[in-house]
Amino acid sequence: MTSQFSSPVFGLDTFGDLNHEQGRPASHAQTIRNVVEQGVLAEEVRVDFFGIGEHHTEDFPMPAGDVVLAAIAARTSRIRVGSAVTVLSSDDPVRVFQRFSTLHALSNGRAEVILGRGSSIESFPLFGFDLADYEQLFEEKTELFAELVKRGPVTWSGHTRAALNGQDIVPHIELGTLPVWIGVGGSPYSVIRAARHGFSLMLAIIGGSPARFAPFSELFRQALAKFGQEPRPIGVHSPGHVAETDEQARDEFWPAYRDIITRLGPSRGFPVPTPDFYEREVGPRGALYVGSPETVARKIAENLSVLGANRFDLKFGMPGMSQTSLMKNVELYGTRVIPRVRELLGAASLA
Amino acid sequence: MNGEVPLRIAVLGAGHVGTVIARLAGQAGYSVSVATSGDPEEIALTIQVLAPGAEPRKAADAVAGADIVIVAIPLHEFKRLDPDLLTGKVVVDMMNYWPAVNGYLESFARKDLTSSEIVARRLAGSRVVKTLNHLGYHQLDEESRPAADPERRALGVAGDDPAAVELVAGFVERIGFDAVRIGDLHAGRLLEPDGFVFGRPLNRAEFARALGILAA
Repeated sequence: MTSQFSSPVFGLDTFGDLNHEQGRPASHAQTIRNVVEQGVLAEEVRVDFFGIGEHHTEDFPMPAGDVVLAAIAARTSRIRVGSAVTVLSSDDPVRVFQRFSTLHALSNGRAEVILGRGSSIESFPLFGFDLADYEQLFEEKTELFAELVKRGPVTWSGHTRAALNGQDIVPHIELGTLPVWIGVGGSPYSVIRAARHGFSLMLAIIGGSPARFAPFSELFRQALAKFGQEPRPIGVHSPGHVAETDEQARDEFWPAYRDIITRLGPSRGFPVPTPDFYEREVGPRGALYVGSPETVARKIAENLSVLGANRFDLKFGMPGMSQTSLMKNVELYGTRVIPRVRELLGAASLA
Repeated sequence: MNGEVPLRIAVLGAGHVGTVIARLAGQAGYSVSVATSGDPEEIALTIQVLAPGAEPRKAADAVAGADIVIVAIPLHEFKRLDPDLLTGKVVVDMMNYWPAVNGYLESFARKDLTSSEIVARRLAGSRVVKTLNHLGYHQLDEESRPAADPERRALGVAGDDPAAVELVAGFVERIGFDAVRIGDLHAGRLLEPDGFVFGRPLNRAEFARALGILAA
């Protein structure tokens, strides 16, 4: 399945998870500067993509990831930079396009955008949107965004923003196109939406069995064909943490994971995670990629094959982890995990 | 299982929840139709891939032939559902009022009634049963197990009409879960988003213990 596109792509995603140092929270500002260092290191160790997800909370002080991506772009030359995700429904598609076409300019064509909702909803009340309108907002704004990434003047009308009539939106994309993905957590409507517009599909698998998403890949491929679109990449975004040994990775990740899920639980319906639950998620049939480089690489290779996907973005870090362990994670992901996954996938495709 | 097996299931909604329920029902041997407020053609490919064997139909046609109608839409869309469409039917309410996730809804923001009681008042001509709401759609998808499995998960079933509760409990059993009858729609409070069992896959004994039900 992965042979459909030239070479698999491996990324790292962060939500600007609040760092802790010696058991105390770092400032938001320090956390943001640390993310820049993580992005620069990601390029040095040959990670293909660095993504920042929009969030608006104390645990994830990252509402303006595109600004941070610009700082990373200015200090790098090869790594692709993008959102993971941009909450398009509570934003203005024209402004999103302008920010990312600006990032595309600054980075010499390395910008991407992943549109979605994420699992957070804070931006809705913050910017005066009603969650009950979510579907209509996302549908209309995605449609407009699809018009914006085609070149040329835009004519569009809908219910969620002012109409555009032959409007030239700047800055223009200089080279190629701005790659657009739709992040999907479970809605078949979003899979169909991505296919209809010819966007790529990013499967956000944050709990439970990754194999459960295989029918979505199939639906996406069939829907692309139905809409007369060319084949498009399928990616997987999942949380995890890499350290030298399985034990170290699990021990570093567990308290941060337990605390954040416990804290978010009441608003998201997550039960308090037990050690058994964690074991299951970290194991071969769970959604967490936590372990040594070998363990994580094997799990990535396995799930890319099962899902017919050719991109994997590891959402690394959790609120409460230290910059030292995050930087180690970036280094190991680039120097050991990615080469090993390529090796495993190469062996599988020759078999 | 009792002798009278309902064979025809209508699922209203073809999103993340509706497609999972349609797939589970189809795998359990039911004849399944799926409908939205729109044209069946719009969901044809989705149903073909995600719930093979289920039939996309217009809502009125799907409901007319159904023994059980499962409402698998977000609660904020409920106001758009025509109560007349469901007259005389056994209706499964798997919706939740969960403001933090789905936003504030004035018609459901009262403490004296459960969300399913409010649903039942609007669907006055239907027999409403609450179930399938307290595990996530991904948990329903992953946790369906055969009857003898010691890890088989429990689902609470609540309703005011005992015959309707029995019919739906039979459905729950057959799609791979232990049905635990917890009382009327008011007792369905136990299954709501702030309750202990919400989002927790538990086997029958754990579930009964959690709810303080001794004779489950």
